[in-house]
Amino acid sequence: MGPVVEVRSLKYSYPDGTEALKGVDFRLEAGEGVALLGANGSGKTTFALHLNGLLSGSGAVRICGMEVTPASLAAIRRKVGMVFQDADSQLFMPTVIEDVGFGLLNQGLAPEEVCERAQIALEQVGMVGTGSRAPHHLSAGEKRRVALAGILALDPEILVLDEPTTFLDPPGQRALSDLLRNLPQAKILITHDMPFALATCSRAVFFHDGSVAAEGPVEEIAARFGWGFAAR
Amino acid sequence: MRHNAVDEWSRGSSALHRRAPASKLIAAAVFLVVVATAHHHLPLLACGWLGLLLWVTLAARLPLGGILSRGAVVLPFSAVFALLSWMEGAPGIAVALILKSYLSALAVLLLVATTPLPELVRSLEAARVPRFLLTVVQFLYRYIFVVVEEAAHMRTAAAARGGLTFRAAADALAVLFARSFARAEAIHRAMIARGFDGHFRPLARRRFAPPDAVFLVLASALPLLVRTVGEVLL
Ligand SMILES: Nc1ncnc2c1ncn2[C@@H]1O[C@H](COP(=O)(O)OP(=O)(O)O)[C@@H](O)[C@H]1O
Ligand SMILES: [Mg+2]
Repeated sequence: MGPVVEVRSLKYSYPDGTEALKGVDFRLEAGEGVALLGANGSGKTTFALHLNGLLSGSGAVRICGMEVTPASLAAIRRKVGMVFQDADSQLFMPTVIEDVGFGLLNQGLAPEEVCERAQIALEQVGMVGTGSRAPHHLSAGEKRRVALAGILALDPEILVLDEPTTFLDPPGQRALSDLLRNLPQAKILITHDMPFALATCSRAVFFHDGSVAAEGPVEEIAARFGWGFAAR
Repeated sequence: MRHNAVDEWSRGSSALHRRAPASKLIAAAVFLVVVATAHHHLPLLACGWLGLLLWVTLAARLPLGGILSRGAVVLPFSAVFALLSWMEGAPGIAVALILKSYLSALAVLLLVATTPLPELVRSLEAARVPRFLLTVVQFLYRYIFVVVEEAAHMRTAAAARGGLTFRAAADALAVLFARSFARAEAIHRAMIARGFDGHFRPLARRRFAPPDAVFLVLASALPLLVRTVGEVLL
């Protein structure tokens, strides 16, 4: 089996002219966990948005062997589950259960099955019994977990999480890294949190100014770029 | 963060909270029509109706003072029209305007204070209110809290820098607008990332149970009874 994600010389400029990606090459194997490191504004989020066709620049993006094109978007979005940086924007339904079930309903599943799978996903992230609550009544950490549940419920082949540990307290961070470590999916984790990256990923890719500056084992990359354990 | 009081109240667990939203929606509509179409002995009838509404408030374990004062938000508006009628020599109409608008506001307030908005929206959808309108209401309800919170942060930040001038407030408003646009874009992305095709699919519909039917009959009959008794006896 080939790589689940394969990106070749990807370039992208925002409509206002900002050159956010200047030729990125990237590979992810099945079941692998990769940390995307790099300063704010180095292009990590922009890169991630290309993986399910939310943005499209020049170059090639292949997911499980499929080229990302307008025709393949629906299939691509079933394979790539993305948890965004801002959980508030991801939780748009009136109640937690409806939000977690949102993607499943869009896949045409029956409401009973959707409820069942949404409950399982809530259990996975340690949010049992919150189904009827309104997202705006949740704490920031709880919002993150519900956002993750909404993606896990869809059982994608690739998980992309953009700064998932922001707003999580230390026990919450540990619970999240334990959860992710035990998931069979391939993972791309954008993070500034070195202990978290070490616990969940075998490899790191360092972004600098819209390009990949280096890649290798997490410790090595972190040490080389002075992003020690103090980094937050 | 502090939440809107009515939003908190709507998540109570009294018998009234547990009724199907549709039964409360219809009961409130009946109340509005009965009140709006009454013309005789208004002050007296109003006492009867107010009694009913207060009873409902207590049964729903809602704070009496909070309900009565929030219902009064309509009064400045109706007072303007009442004043105009009074000056035109129709004091009866002026009194009726005030009474009817206050009672109607209380009834609607009780509806939203005993029914979480999402459920209310769903039953309005079943009543064929245009989906577009309901989607807007639903998003407004979801994100008004986020925008208010952002505004509160900005106010704190401004206060920390030494007070909120008019200029600073205008700048803050511009930033708030820009952020709202950015947020709309982010929400749209999150929706299509999970396969949204422009069409919301409901997860569950609330069933109409026998207690809901009983409630609906009683809640529709009582205001009508007050009016009939008042008009026949007086
Ligand atoms: N919507 C946008 N419009 C214009 N420029 C943007 C937009 N989003 C991000 N950028 C710019 O693109 C660059 C990369 O941003 P981003 O991918 O968000 O970086 P990171 O996620 O690594 O912090 C930055 O210079 C940022 O200012
Ligand atoms: Mg980012």
